[in-house]
Amino acid sequence: MTPHVLTRSLDRSATIFILIVAGLGILIPLSNLLLPAGSMFQVPTYLVALWGKYVCYAILALSIDLIWGYCGILSLGHGAFFALGGYAMGMYLMRQIGSRGVYGNPVLPDFMVFLNWPELPWYWYGFDMFWFAALMVFVVPGLLAFLFGWFAFRSRVTGVYLSIITQAMTYALLLGFFRNDFGFGGNNGLTDFKDILGFNVQAEGTRCALFFLSCAALIGAFLICRAVVSSKLGKVLLAIRDAESRTRFLGYRVESYKLFVFTLSACMAGVAGALYVPQVGIINPSEFSPGNSIEAVIWVAVGGRGTLVGAALGAVVVNYAKTFFTSGPLAPYWLFMLGALFILVTLLLPKGIIGTFNTWWDQRKIELGNGAAASAAREDGAAPKPNPAE
Amino acid sequence: MNAMETRTTSAILYLDGVHVSFDGFHAINNLSLTLEPGEMRAIIGPNGAGKTTMMDIITGKTKPDEGVVLFDGTTDLTRLDETRIAELGIGRKFQKPTVFESQTVQDNLLLALNVDHSVRGTLFWRGNKAESERIDKVLETIRLTDARHRLAGSLSHGQKQWLEIGMLLAQDPKVLLVDEPVAGMTDVETHLTAELLKEINRNHTVMVVEHDMTFVRELGVKVTCLHEGTVLAEGTIDQVSSNERVIEVYLGR
Ligand SMILES: Nc1ncnc2c1ncn2[C@@H]1O[C@H](COP(=O)(O)OP(=O)(O)O)[C@@H](O)[C@H]1O
Ligand SMILES: [Mg+2]
Repeated sequence: MTPHVLTRSLDRSATIFILIVAGLGILIPLSNLLLPAGSMFQVPTYLVALWGKYVCYAILALSIDLIWGYCGILSLGHGAFFALGGYAMGMYLMRQIGSRGVYGNPVLPDFMVFLNWPELPWYWYGFDMFWFAALMVFVVPGLLAFLFGWFAFRSRVTGVYLSIITQAMTYALLLGFFRNDFGFGGNNGLTDFKDILGFNVQAEGTRCALFFLSCAALIGAFLICRAVVSSKLGKVLLAIRDAESRTRFLGYRVESYKLFVFTLSACMAGVAGALYVPQVGIINPSEFSPGNSIEAVIWVAVGGRGTLVGAALGAVVVNYAKTFFTSGPLAPYWLFMLGALFILVTLLLPKGIIGTFNTWWDQRKIELGNGAAASAAREDGAAPKPNPAE
Repeated sequence: MNAMETRTTSAILYLDGVHVSFDGFHAINNLSLTLEPGEMRAIIGPNGAGKTTMMDIITGKTKPDEGVVLFDGTTDLTRLDETRIAELGIGRKFQKPTVFESQTVQDNLLLALNVDHSVRGTLFWRGNKAESERIDKVLETIRLTDARHRLAGSLSHGQKQWLEIGMLLAQDPKVLLVDEPVAGMTDVETHLTAELLKEINRNHTVMVVEHDMTFVRELGVKVTCLHEGTVLAEGTIDQVSSNERVIEVYLGR
């Protein structure tokens, strides 16, 4: 396997990926809006929202692949960053309800009125402005990741210990957000959204726009990840993943690298969560549940760790399967199937779908290349030349 | 320790009265050793003598319980971490060859180059001519030019050893600590490695741990024999190898 073939094949799959996502991002909304309802090619609105959800999951998967696939940091708490981004967006959407809530309070969301809160808590300030909420969508997860990483990476917590404390982090947040006095709607979370930037969140046009934006964000996140992993910093990340202490002895400050990539990844997860919430219409503490974060890691493993495209593909494939199975008679067995899928992939396709495909493709190319070289040599009447390393 | 303020030794590496114990086991016992600038030193000694542990102490991987470890007469290495020590100019080749297996030979060297190692520096890094020329030169020196695009993991054991030495060259440290460089090499490779180290020693201080006595003899430098974490004998190869105690614990009769 020569790196030239590898980079070429990755570039090809990156281009194909971007074209497909861009194509879907444009065609699905167009078909929904322009074709008559009931036409064979019209994508119904509920499907637009469902696929929008998958696209957000794909962004989350990319963010996990960036740290796990390329730097060996297995976060089992990335759902927390996703949920925090979601809550930031949810807070904006709550403030947009204004006096249209059940209690008609122009400032306080319904749940606060219900709990007899006299006024808006300070941390809700500013969320009536979209730009502020949009900023918080990545500042809050980014800040948490930075603080968490600062302590964890400097104390050299690695491997399974790091995974466990990320689980603890998301679990702690789950418990916190469940509490009514936390000020985020407790158990019920934030819901009953009315509009976003003045557009009705339920309207077809808004759903299509959100779907389009999610696809654009997926492409953006993908390009950022690609830029990071193909820079020299990306090589340092791989070095840390494969031989962390060796990297230190070369004079790299490993904890700074981890902190950088972990924070970046959390910001991306936050954006994914923010796009997710208006499309599903609710954000509640269950988004913090440790199981969600583990599921997201399984998507990446299924699609192919360390391939980016695979992570996104894995998120869509597994969630498509989840939707399919959980809406049928097999619903109670979904978790078992997910577990079985994970075990099967680990045993049979350790590189995931895309990783296995890439290996096969490179192999095929090399064989074809050798075949061509051999036949050319035969035509020349010369002995086959040894294949150079290039 | 006023050695911190005023330089009391000309040595580039100065170890004095160093102790390390792992769960009560004394791996390093009152170890004292100095390495002069420009010197090449061979370290021999039986397995478990503490040779690798000594390198761990110098490079910040292991903190000694007691003792002084100075770099360049003024810098207390026991207070610094691995990254900082590497930045000061102490490079290391591990006993078990440790290269970045999933990256190409060329990228391994690129990672080792002593250029800006900050996050920002590597994120916005653009290759330049000087860097690629240095890499070309190292590749030539370690005879891996033809393998430059191969993954380091696919190299033979001896080639990995060389790649690791090449990484040291790219790092261009003031002091090179080389742990068992010829383990698993053929006689020819061993000979070439000795030549290479002598070449490197022309402008670097080198400390080599090695069991292969032919190799040590070929280096032709001062030898220190460690045993049970302390210096047993020091001198020319002939002096050390005729030392009664060395013969008893290490060379065998
Ligand atoms: N991290 C460690 N924990 C416990 N024991 C160790 C550790 N590192 C080295 N030792 C012990 O210290 C002794 C010296 O080891 P080492 O320095 O590797 O010897 P050498 O390189 O001379 O063969 C050995 O007995 C080894 O088992
Ligand atoms: Mg050793």
